[in-house]
Amino acid sequence: MADLKITGLHKYYGSVHAVKGVDLEIPAGEFTVLVGQSGCGKSTLLRTIAGLEDADQGNIEIGGELMNHVLPRDRDIAMVFQNYALYPYLTVFDNIAFGLRARKTPAAEIEPKVRRAAQMLAIEPLLGRYPRQLSGGQLQRVAIGRAVVRNARMYLFDEPLSNLDAQLRDEMRGEIKRLHQELGKTMIYVTHDQIEAMTMADRIVLLRDGKIEQAGAPLDLYERPATRYVAGFLGSPAMNFVPAQLQDSGALAVQLADGTLLALPASRNDKLAGWRGQPITLGVRPEHITRASGELRQGLVRHTALIELVQPTGSRTYATFRLSGAEVVAELQAHDVSQPGETIELAIDMNRVVLIDPATELVVS
Amino acid sequence: MNSLHGRRRIRLSLRLGAAVAITLFFLFPIYWLFMISFKTPDEIFSYPPKWYPGQLQLGNYAVLFKDGDATAVWHSLVVAGGSTLIAMFLGTICAYSLARFKTGGEHLANWIISQRMVPPIAVVFPIFLLYVWLGWVDTYVGVILLYTAFNLPYVIWMMRGYILDIPLALEDSALVDGCTRWQVIWRVVFPMCRAGLFATAIFTFVFAWNEFLFALVLTRTEVVTYTVQVTFYFGGQSNFWAKISAMSVLGTLPIFIVVAFMQRYLVRGISLGAVKG
Repeated sequence: MADLKITGLHKYYGSVHAVKGVDLEIPAGEFTVLVGQSGCGKSTLLRTIAGLEDADQGNIEIGGELMNHVLPRDRDIAMVFQNYALYPYLTVFDNIAFGLRARKTPAAEIEPKVRRAAQMLAIEPLLGRYPRQLSGGQLQRVAIGRAVVRNARMYLFDEPLSNLDAQLRDEMRGEIKRLHQELGKTMIYVTHDQIEAMTMADRIVLLRDGKIEQAGAPLDLYERPATRYVAGFLGSPAMNFVPAQLQDSGALAVQLADGTLLALPASRNDKLAGWRGQPITLGVRPEHITRASGELRQGLVRHTALIELVQPTGSRTYATFRLSGAEVVAELQAHDVSQPGETIELAIDMNRVVLIDPATELVVS
Repeated sequence: MNSLHGRRRIRLSLRLGAAVAITLFFLFPIYWLFMISFKTPDEIFSYPPKWYPGQLQLGNYAVLFKDGDATAVWHSLVVAGGSTLIAMFLGTICAYSLARFKTGGEHLANWIISQRMVPPIAVVFPIFLLYVWLGWVDTYVGVILLYTAFNLPYVIWMMRGYILDIPLALEDSALVDGCTRWQVIWRVVFPMCRAGLFATAIFTFVFAWNEFLFALVLTRTEVVTYTVQVTFYFGGQSNFWAKISAMSVLGTLPIFIVVAFMQRYLVRGISLGAVKG
């Protein structure tokens, strides 16, 4: 059964239409990530679920009950905020106990609950300190502890890691995911970071301009994006897009503006039947361009490239070259290329490329 | 290096000397006031003036207490304390409403502070006539209500500023964690702006404490405040300097005490470290 069900949700801020008709069902126990660029309505959606904003139109149901006019405190949710939202005048212990006290939990129950939450997050030694005496990572642990101690039905996270440095962010990402496995509660997590979305989510809901662009399992979205936006949003380095035309000279092929022909495998013929002779956008992920060696596998096409930029990351090396005028990044093995100016043979995996209708920006195949 | 050190030293001692001189200059009238209140009539009028009384005699104070004049200080305490409490309570919840719910649109807050700019003299006689009609002349209710009304715009304006400084996420978090709106005010807003709350209360109290015009017109004998009481000692023929000074000292002490205890709240900064970024 859906733990959270949103139907036809609209939200306006004055004349700004922040959420434009969202329908969403989240099963109990699932880790859902709402992801999108800033201003896409993801935080507004989360705040509306929490009851901190009123829905202007549409319904929000939690556990089958209509929540539209239920106060935040009665929705049985806990929320972690981007800026920690800790009370500077309370100790860590009192911060974590705040929600329990507000709900008139007997004092005898508070102490063990706070200790257990603190243990889970390894912040027990900090219980007597004040927030100003803590580091960013510790503050975020306390903020999460305050949510965990509540034992709520649903946990909401509003960009909780965006104030942390990269290393701490990696660490806390794992921590939150582990917490989800331990607690087994429904969690909804808002972020603009596609890596957080990919690594943490059971399901990604990608928002754009107040609407759901696509929702699904992370790898589903990555491998089968529905639109050019989704294809370009997920993945780092981002997918390469090259304007082209679909040619049929016996077998189907993608013809680039400079005349280069990239043959498509026969397996992709079905969906492309109606697109012969039409303009089309070719989408290639950086990892689907490799160094060509010897005989190429079925569906790979050879391309000679003059490398303009080399960015080694250690495990992989990003190489930038031009494909019919468009800048394209290939994710190669660490030692495949060493200098800009080298000319190397690359192989583009045409089994995995995405073909997009440039007019509608929908993925065709 | 030595000369640099020496120059810095000279500059520091000059600065210190100036500070001491200025402080003495401003403290002198207060010193003089205290001294007169302990002097005998002969000492008060002696020439050349005596810098300090021959002995610490409390006769001037004893007279004030024996005649019951000292109750004026009590009246002032009741009036200033009462109006401060009411103005702080009403003003803070008004300010919360203005800050968080945008009550009355953008300009209501500006309109409210403009009420503080009304010259008292323009309204004192209409208010007097109104009070005669209501039977509020020379009553606690009348004076307290008037001081409350006069202080409210200031309290609302100040508290609105402090409340706007509180990160919204702190309140949101409390709402989700199980607080009602009233609990949010009590458990988050009050502690977060405690310094501002005390500072505003001190200024409100001092205003009511020092107020003279309204008290002069609206009181007779029952709730005469100390500021009005002092004027009774200025006679046509002669001034009762002993009583004036003793009464003034009695009227100054409560403010000294209040400020001494609340001084640390006059410095803001309690919310540092609340929210990062």
